[in-house]
Amino acid sequence: MKKLLVLAAAVAIGVPALMAGAEVTGKITLKGTPPKEIPIGLDPLCGRLHSEPVTTQHYVVASDGGLKDVFVYIKEIPGGKTYTPAADAKTPELDQEKCLYTPYVSGVMVNQPFIIKNSDPLMHNVHATPKVEGNKEFNVGQPVKGMEYKASFAKREVLLRFKCDVHAWMFAYVGVMDHPWFAVTNEKGEYKLPPDLPPGEYTLVALHRKAGESTQKITVADGDKKAVNFTMEVPK
Amino acid sequence: MTRSPHNPALTAYAWLTALATLILICFGGLVTSHGAGLAVPDWPNSYGYNMFAFPLSQWLFVDNEFAGNGIFYEHSHRLVASGVGLMTVLLAVWLWFKEPRRWMRVLGICAVLAVIAQGVLGGLRVTLLSNTLGWIHGAVAQSFLCLVVTIALCRTRRWQDLATRPAGEGRAVKVALVTSISLIFLQLVLGAAMRHRHAGLAVPDFPLAYGEWWPATDATAITRYNRLRLEERAANDLEALDIHLHMAHRLNALLVLAAVTTTVTLILRREPGKGPRRGASIWLALVFVQAGLGIWTVWSNKAADIATAHVAVGSTVLALGVALALIAFRRYAPGRIDMSADVSAGAARPSGPLPA
Repeated sequence: MKKLLVLAAAVAIGVPALMAGAEVTGKITLKGTPPKEIPIGLDPLCGRLHSEPVTTQHYVVASDGGLKDVFVYIKEIPGGKTYTPAADAKTPELDQEKCLYTPYVSGVMVNQPFIIKNSDPLMHNVHATPKVEGNKEFNVGQPVKGMEYKASFAKREVLLRFKCDVHAWMFAYVGVMDHPWFAVTNEKGEYKLPPDLPPGEYTLVALHRKAGESTQKITVADGDKKAVNFTMEVPK
Repeated sequence: MTRSPHNPALTAYAWLTALATLILICFGGLVTSHGAGLAVPDWPNSYGYNMFAFPLSQWLFVDNEFAGNGIFYEHSHRLVASGVGLMTVLLAVWLWFKEPRRWMRVLGICAVLAVIAQGVLGGLRVTLLSNTLGWIHGAVAQSFLCLVVTIALCRTRRWQDLATRPAGEGRAVKVALVTSISLIFLQLVLGAAMRHRHAGLAVPDFPLAYGEWWPATDATAITRYNRLRLEERAANDLEALDIHLHMAHRLNALLVLAAVTTTVTLILRREPGKGPRRGASIWLALVFVQAGLGIWTVWSNKAADIATAHVAVGSTVLALGVALALIAFRRYAPGRIDMSADVSAGAARPSGPLPA
């Protein structure tokens, strides 16, 4: 009997918690044949870190058309609430590994500190090139392996570019968002927004640096599990 | 202290400084061509080291291998610039003590001030992360080269002994030269602006531009251009201004070709001296080479070596144009003493101060 009461209490507390907010997932598929990526002429030192030729990574497409590195986000959250990252949220990282930025596309929240680190046994510099007023451009050297730099940006900016001026082919993009409901597609082209999207009507945006931008209107209720897929086209 | 306008060592040194300046411009061209202007994020230090004490192992040979990266291009540019700065100071000091013409001594001082200002501009471009300062830095470099070439040319015996012609005969040549030089300078400023916006190749085809004679620059078109291009390097997104600058550079190239062709035709018809005629012919040839390099830059997708050669030849074309103009303005200067008779008769050249 006691066990039953405990179970009932757990359900009574847990169900509403599970019901709070919606979960949006989906897949981005690329239609058309993307142009061939360009081989990167690495300098001798970076060349040592790769056994295979390196190319640009504008279109990373799975065999079924799933498109990687699409930044998917809720365009606007009504209500004017200020969101901050969860206290236990992992600090995002932008790594310089084998003379490439990893990940190529990522996201952070406004004023959320994130770490840019050098995992290479050679010099890099980290040069953020924001366009939005209020986000500060910076250029810092990371000459030694293991060095870290903590950065944050004050304003929303989709997408903010990082580059390395030592190695001109190194660049990456970070979406700086004023709410937490964003994600980046993986190798299969799949994404999953954080699970507690408040009920309401939203515009869901899928943005790819080359394939462009696509939007869909969605309506979600508490506890919804919504799959929203996009098809993007290779521009002509 | 003896001051003489005919000091071959000083004249040769002035030419050497001009050559070093041209080499420095080439190094600057390599920096922008490789997108390495900010590869060394601090200034006047380099990664915290005194610029001159930055270990070779950090920028030239890393682990016994040639670095060949952005730090190499940027740091070597700084070192060559320091060398040119030192050479300029030495030139000014030498002129101060050995050059009889006051205005030449003043030019030497101006060169020192210019090279210092240029160095500070380059440094501020790094510390302030300013593309605009980078563009000004590129334009001042061309002006500085012209200044040093002026000093070197005015040191030469040939220039000093140049026979005069009636001023009226040279009016057309002088106007044509000033027009050509102005257009060339404008062309170099446009080029510097394009390079320092760091947007890569704004128009990827030639002779057409995005398949048109004049490309669209509305927001939809710009978005399309940005999506179509696959950047190999971290180029800024294209804006309409990048397309306008690129197209203005193409149009002005046609004007430069027409102006220089006309000017050289005039010089070949009217100029009696073999040297200036040869110089003019080389100038014309270089302008066409430069146009070819411009086209090649587009067709090579702005390959760094081709783009740098385009910068170097552009600077040479400007400097040669300025030299020809100085000759013309001296040749056809109103009221100047004609020394041609003395020179042709092999008489002793004047050893005292020259007319100012």
